[in-house]
Amino acid sequence: MEEEVINYELRLYIAGKTAKSVTALANLKKYCEEHLKGQYTIEVIDLLVKPQLAEGDQIFAIPTLVRKVPEPIRKIIGDLSNEEKVLVGLNIRPR
Amino acid sequence: MTKSQKKQQLNIKMLPKTPTGISGLDEITDGGLPMGRPTLICGEAGCGKTLMSLEFIVRGATTYNEPGVFMAFEEKAEELAMNVASLGFDLQKLQEQNKVRLDHVHIDRSEIEETGEYDLEGLFIRLGYAIDSIGAKRVVLDTLENLFSGLSNQTILRAELRRLFGFLKDKGVTAIITGERGEGTSLTRQGLEEYVSDCVILLDHRVINQISTRRLRVVKYRGSQHGTNEYPFLIDEDGISVLPVTSLRLEKDVSSERIPSGIPALDEMLGGHGFFKGSSVLVSGTAGTGKTSIAAYFANETCSQKKKCMYFAFEESPNQIIRNMQSINVNLKQYVDNGLLKFHASRPTLYGLEMHLVSIYKLIKQFRPDAVILDPITNLITVGSVSEVKSMLVRLIDFLQEEQITVMFTALSLNTIVSEQTDEGVSSLVDAWLLVRDIEANGERNRGMYIMKSRGMKHSNQVREFIITDKGLDLVDVYLGPEGVLTGSAREAQKLKEKTGVALRDFALSRKDKEIMRKRKMLEAKISNLQAEFESTEEELNKIYIEEDLKQQIIEKNRDEITKMRRGFEPETKIRRKK
Repeated sequence: MEEEVINYELRLYIAGKTAKSVTALANLKKYCEEHLKGQYTIEVIDLLVKPQLAEGDQIFAIPTLVRKVPEPIRKIIGDLSNEEKVLVGLNIRPR
Repeated sequence: MTKSQKKQQLNIKMLPKTPTGISGLDEITDGGLPMGRPTLICGEAGCGKTLMSLEFIVRGATTYNEPGVFMAFEEKAEELAMNVASLGFDLQKLQEQNKVRLDHVHIDRSEIEETGEYDLEGLFIRLGYAIDSIGAKRVVLDTLENLFSGLSNQTILRAELRRLFGFLKDKGVTAIITGERGEGTSLTRQGLEEYVSDCVILLDHRVINQISTRRLRVVKYRGSQHGTNEYPFLIDEDGISVLPVTSLRLEKDVSSERIPSGIPALDEMLGGHGFFKGSSVLVSGTAGTGKTSIAAYFANETCSQKKKCMYFAFEESPNQIIRNMQSINVNLKQYVDNGLLKFHASRPTLYGLEMHLVSIYKLIKQFRPDAVILDPITNLITVGSVSEVKSMLVRLIDFLQEEQITVMFTALSLNTIVSEQTDEGVSSLVDAWLLVRDIEANGERNRGMYIMKSRGMKHSNQVREFIITDKGLDLVDVYLGPEGVLTGSAREAQKLKEKTGVALRDFALSRKDKEIMRKRKMLEAKISNLQAEFESTEEELNKIYIEEDLKQQIIEKNRDEITKMRRGFEPETKIRRKK
């Protein structure tokens, strides 16, 4: 299947190492390993370091996961504790 | 952080304020919005929240040199810039100069999935970054409530909002938060007012009698006095103008300079000099009594003295007035051409009273006239209630008196009311009140004019007949004859009657005179007759006397002759001796 080879570019916006962002990152890594093994890249952006990047991706909540590729852009906010929702949100699993 | 804490301590002492730069609003709030605190502006859709907050930012950047951040949750930055370009705000340029920063926060529920715990730190960071990047002193969040439609976790939102306002205060920025008006009595849909407790301004957009008026009310303002009324405001090409309903004080300069009304006979009635400069004059009367003519005369007189006059016409178009006034020998066109006279004609129903008032304010501020005419104010009643019209006129009179501009209103009074009060109830406000009324008698209608009141000057108590001819206006004394007060043709008839009487009397007199002359001539003739008779008698008598004398002489002579002859003396000596 062609869909299987799509590469996922994911961006996680956090603001410092808070409990929520640590949880979110851990959750994200776990889901990706499970479902997208070998076809994803995760970029973690700390807005405390680079606040100017918040505007570009329309970030207002922390943590926010942005799926840059494949289009369209999708956003998931929260600590990603609900696996089902994350997978639906990233369009990994059909709704 | 310590810096802002110090600032807050200072706030407690004297509550410094940030002027908004919006005309009128700073007067109402006694200096502006609370500095370093958030202010809530709420109102229904389309009542000007965004514009007011944006003007706050723009004025801050341009007038007070305080950079500002505008965070828009609804409109995109480009849309905003385009929307306010019509008001002459160049957001693009201000952004380039780093005086204003627009940030559009796009929240689309369809793109967002919520899972688990989150906070709005991202927003804080963005806001903080925007503030720090230009050193902003002013912040606008328009409209925060969009967060509620974009995010479903209300608990988090509310907690974060509280944190946001704390954050803004810590930053020491003067902030405006806008919010949609909620159902019922709540000020905002999401109860934002519970977070912003320092200053709340409510905007309102009401349509009464199909005419909309925007109003503003300061609902609360902690630690400061403020106007509590509803103040109308306007959005026009210069932004927002708020109008205080009345100036709070009655401290105006007064002038004892007098200006003529243009009708000499009327000036005569007003103690000989006309109106006071800067006073307000009301001309009221029933339909067709010549109110506009009086106003046009006043305009004409003002312009002929090289002073500027502004004519607000609510009934006729300028050209119509100019044409009509030519029929009474008033040429207004020349003054329009040389710029001394300016007409502004508008239908009262064109916009609400407030808009009228503001447009009048603005035009007067621009044109700086010495006299203003409003013709007629009665028509304004169609766009507002009596009390609204009155309050508008009060403000207008206040304003004009402050500017030392003489104003003449004309007002139509209805026949049924005995003109004790005009419809607008402005009679108590005006300084002079001329009343023109119909006097109907003998199958014709004439105009009578009298001065109902004229503050601070001696004025005639007489009713004068007011005549309009092709030569112009004039006032004549009414005829007070044995048959009462007469006007119009009755007066003329009475005059004629008097003239006839005079002629008859003159004739009779001259006849008598002639008779006397004749008699005198007769007597004189008689006298001369008698004189002649007397002279002839006298002559007769004289003749006898002379004859007698002559006789005597001759006799004596004869006797001497005889004696001489007898004695032989020389006759000469004897005669000498005898003598």
